[in-house]
Amino acid sequence: MSQAKVPAWVNLALIPFLNVFLAFLVSGLVILAIGENPLEAAGYLIYGAFGYDEGIGYTLYYATNLIFTGLAVSVAFKGGLFNIGGEGQAYIGGLGVGLICLSLDNTMPLYVIAPLAILGAAAFGAAWGYIPGYLQARRGSHIVITTIMFNFIASSLMVYLIVNWLKEDGRMAPNSRTFEENAWLPYLHEVLSPLGIDIGSSPLNLAFIWALLCCVFVWGLIWHTRWGYQLRTLGTNPTAARYAGIDTAKVTIWAMLISGGLAGFVGLNEIMGVNHSLLLNFTAGYGFAGIAVALMGRNHPIGIILAAILFGALYQGGAELAFEIPSITPEIVVVIQGLVILFSGALEHMLKDRIEGFFIRKAVA
Amino acid sequence: MFETLILMLDATMRVSTPLILAALAGLYSERAGIVDIGLEGKILGSAFAAAAGAAVFGSAWIGLCLGILASVSLAMIHGFACITHRGDHIVSGVAINTIVAGLTVTLSMYWFGMGGQTPALSGDARFLDITFPFADALQDVPVIGAIYSNLLSGHNILVYLAFAMVPLTYWVVYKTRFGLRLRAVGENPHAVDTAGISVAFIRYRALIVCGILCGLAGAYLSTAHNAGFLKDMSAGKGYMALAALIFGKWRPVPVLLACLLFGFLDAVAVRMQGVEIPGIGQVPVQAIEVLPYVLTVLLLAGFIGKAVGPKAIGRPYVKERA
Amino acid sequence: MPYAIELRDISKRFGAVQANKDICLQVPAGTIHGIIGENGAGKSTLMSIIYGFYEADTGHIEVDGKRVEIRNSQDAITAGIGMVHQHFMLVDTFSVLENVILGAEGGALLKGGVAAARVELQRLANEYSLDIDVDAIVEELPVGLQQRVEILKALYRGARILILDEPTGVLTPQEADHLFRILKALKDQGVTILLITHKLREIMASTDNVSVMRQGEMVAHRETAHTSKEELAELMVGKKVRLTVDKDDAKPQDVLLSAQNLSQFDSQGVKRLKNVSLTLRAGEILGIAGVSGNGQSELLNVLSGITPMDEGEIHFAGQVINAKSPRDAAQMRDLKMAHVPEDRHKMGLVTGFEAYEAAVLGYHNSLAYNGKILMNRKAMLDECNERMAAWDVRPPNPHLKTANFSGGNQQKIVIAREVEQNPEVLLIGQPTRGVDIGAIENIHEQIVKLRDAGKGILLVSVELDEIMALSDRIVVMFDGAVVGELDAKDADERTLGLMMANAHNKEQEGEEQEGVSA
Repeated sequence: MSQAKVPAWVNLALIPFLNVFLAFLVSGLVILAIGENPLEAAGYLIYGAFGYDEGIGYTLYYATNLIFTGLAVSVAFKGGLFNIGGEGQAYIGGLGVGLICLSLDNTMPLYVIAPLAILGAAAFGAAWGYIPGYLQARRGSHIVITTIMFNFIASSLMVYLIVNWLKEDGRMAPNSRTFEENAWLPYLHEVLSPLGIDIGSSPLNLAFIWALLCCVFVWGLIWHTRWGYQLRTLGTNPTAARYAGIDTAKVTIWAMLISGGLAGFVGLNEIMGVNHSLLLNFTAGYGFAGIAVALMGRNHPIGIILAAILFGALYQGGAELAFEIPSITPEIVVVIQGLVILFSGALEHMLKDRIEGFFIRKAVA
Repeated sequence: MFETLILMLDATMRVSTPLILAALAGLYSERAGIVDIGLEGKILGSAFAAAAGAAVFGSAWIGLCLGILASVSLAMIHGFACITHRGDHIVSGVAINTIVAGLTVTLSMYWFGMGGQTPALSGDARFLDITFPFADALQDVPVIGAIYSNLLSGHNILVYLAFAMVPLTYWVVYKTRFGLRLRAVGENPHAVDTAGISVAFIRYRALIVCGILCGLAGAYLSTAHNAGFLKDMSAGKGYMALAALIFGKWRPVPVLLACLLFGFLDAVAVRMQGVEIPGIGQVPVQAIEVLPYVLTVLLLAGFIGKAVGPKAIGRPYVKERA
Repeated sequence: MPYAIELRDISKRFGAVQANKDICLQVPAGTIHGIIGENGAGKSTLMSIIYGFYEADTGHIEVDGKRVEIRNSQDAITAGIGMVHQHFMLVDTFSVLENVILGAEGGALLKGGVAAARVELQRLANEYSLDIDVDAIVEELPVGLQQRVEILKALYRGARILILDEPTGVLTPQEADHLFRILKALKDQGVTILLITHKLREIMASTDNVSVMRQGEMVAHRETAHTSKEELAELMVGKKVRLTVDKDDAKPQDVLLSAQNLSQFDSQGVKRLKNVSLTLRAGEILGIAGVSGNGQSELLNVLSGITPMDEGEIHFAGQVINAKSPRDAAQMRDLKMAHVPEDRHKMGLVTGFEAYEAAVLGYHNSLAYNGKILMNRKAMLDECNERMAAWDVRPPNPHLKTANFSGGNQQKIVIAREVEQNPEVLLIGQPTRGVDIGAIENIHEQIVKLRDAGKGILLVSVELDEIMALSDRIVVMFDGAVVGELDAKDADERTLGLMMANAHNKEQEGEEQEGVSA
């Protein structure tokens, strides 16, 4: 229709902002309902997330996971695929990292382990994305359902492997032995302190840099390569893709491979960067949060970085908030996340139609 | 051996109940063309509301009403997004699941301050098991006694309700005007619109029914099967119900069978824990747990039959001709 | 006597588009009233307003002299208005009976209503000779019978005014004739019929009165007996119609492409393309005539490599292509076969892309647009700018979203993309569908120019005028098969019409039963 008459900033900035604003507004009402002051809560939250070096470190550490899963969701989405299996792919990606570290940490230096761990995370995550991708492309399965099922399958598989095979002998805790230190991804504060830069100690590690590199990679891939062109064609008009001679099945499968691989990098940050052992449930909902990040970031790497930092800030600030105001749990962050998905995703047309209509009428008048 | 079977079937009934209720809920929604991966969230929301209500008012029935109210409200949010605002059904479902996961913990902390739980329920605040007449007397009759007294008797009202819902749903979907329109709207909403019927109104009503059934499922979890709400207590039951819905090809009786199968597998998994099978050894519990999901994946991939859903499912109805 | 239906000053605007402007219309009871106009003249919008699909911005509707408010389809049904849509509004998986009672079930339970409906349908079937098996599943019925279900649906609801929107688009001439006999019978029973079409023949043959729409306005009302095809055609397009294209005789040379016994089955296993053989020479335009849906789309898809064939083979560019050794659409392009698809929105363009991106669709792997790893955006933009100037695409803005161009300009983007690759063979489907009249001439000239440059052109069009004006040789398709071939010089509407119905060398009798069903 007449989208030409709607200024670009309306769609790029105004509407996303208003949607997120609505999500926060409703969250504020929830906080009000439980008898606390939302502004005061927001104050603690912002301070906790950005007020001091360690806080910022934690914020960016959380954001790292969210960048990976946000990118994963958006690559699939660009191809018209709703990958809601980021959770499972991240989980299995972590297995890849864990296996590499467990088998090499006694013999190899970090500069050998780290690249292999990156490959391991990508390969294992990609494999977990490959099967639903293959089933969708070649067997006509619905990717949403298959990826949901694969989340559960991943979860059972990990419990089985860790409890039966990888658990430390004689210990009850369901996790592997701790890796030797040469299989630890260096913390950023450790990397920077010899340079005289002090950022306060936090779990923020080199995986964050890798996440930023992945953003550049995805940006180039989607908007500046033939494959990206094919992916976007498939995502917006599958019939045109077949007309153009694009092997849609192959593009679908590759999209899920890349998507799964990106999600798998969560394992890099969590297993190799922070926990230094393979454990249960380290994905902690990051896969699902990636949906919110991708939606809010409008499937663009820049948007995803911004959205991931915002959500990272919520995670970190939420912890601070729960400490300061005990009647508010950190789960309030999950509520906000859900509300962002609701307003930026499910209800995207609610504001969009009205605001665009307003600008079109203004242009006609 | 026979006794073991009865025990396992008894467990199957208990485990299947929330699956049956939630899968039938999904059936109403999806037959009307609305994908509902928010079953999980509705169950969890209802489980919390029912347990909280039962704890505060001391009545399981009041809890049940509140559970249904919570679940229907969530269904209406889903409808508002998917029907009124043409939103993506999957995204909306994910949003609802996420919101509920956070909100139930937040609210239970605020109200009860017990680390995300509700107080333990007892007495009238729970749905208690019903013993059939003469159950005790018939206990010792061979075969029939065990089936009647141990398998059929001795469940709470919601279990019986869930099983009764299957023929009722069959009747509603295939024998009533509402059912005809429901099926039509999931196949071709344009046909329904041009027949002078409001597509939105039918879909909203389907979602209300969906909400009520999920409400029952949630209340069952927290006020009948368990004695209170626990964080994330729905534990994937909504997704498993969705799998059962697909496995049963969106038809009431096959859906029931799928739920019973999945419930039975769960009972087997519990039973098999640590049991050595001669010649095979110990079967990992996870391998049995994972079967419903694996089976559904195989079905969807066309390796075991074919699942064809309602044609217009997941597509928002826009009043335009192509 | 009041009119069965009267429209007074109906206007409707969609955003910046005035779809209907001050429409007035009076239809006497018991008549068949034709409404004719080009695609996009506003006919369908007007009918949607009468049937309550859209609400008019201004104006009102009177039925039997009484003003009625029609806000939704239910209001229209209550007012005695029924509609047979161009795309049938049927639930495919339901039986005929279930479809008919949908929305008029006669009670909360189906049982009573179903029994009553059976009786009533039998009565209607007898009265209007609308025989049908009420328990048949709709998707298993041939198109002609599905349309009958639509008519029965309207009559079952007691419609006294029946609107038919382009009812013959999917029918063979024989099925269409049967439809018109039904309409006559309905008219004799006092039903008022509004017939929307862009086919002059149907208007002349079956209506009592005719109204002409052009660009959203009602431009003329005529008694059918006192007008002519020529006059109506002029009124429709607003200027003297040009039904011929200036071109010299073709000078066909070597065979560029030959297809032998091509067959293709759809996903349900139905044979959609049946042993089609044809040849295309350099320097000729081969027209494929046929009623829409008789295998032309499948032929284009198989020739262009979009769908693989199941049987037969194609000889093209020195290669033998068959089911064992297929070529996909990309490989066919490499062999210098270009394809302007029938539906540019669904297939030819990605409407969400900017114009310069859509302008390389299908050629996106070409070296001209690519560096080693990344695509060469500057090359794409430069070329797009050049082509927009050469083909007079308006507005000449390569960054504009493709969706925001008019139909004619979108089509120019597609045709320019395919023609500028200098193909040996051009497959072109419905080249002027939804294109404004000025652009039509331009597109036709380009096609002839390409022929004169010694290329082979295979033209698929459901517009007989277009086929006859452009083609050098015409092949007629019916029910997935080639049923005849003739030199364009020997072609006239009557001959082609009979061939399109596969009735040129058979008895007329018995055809009706078979129809396009198979």
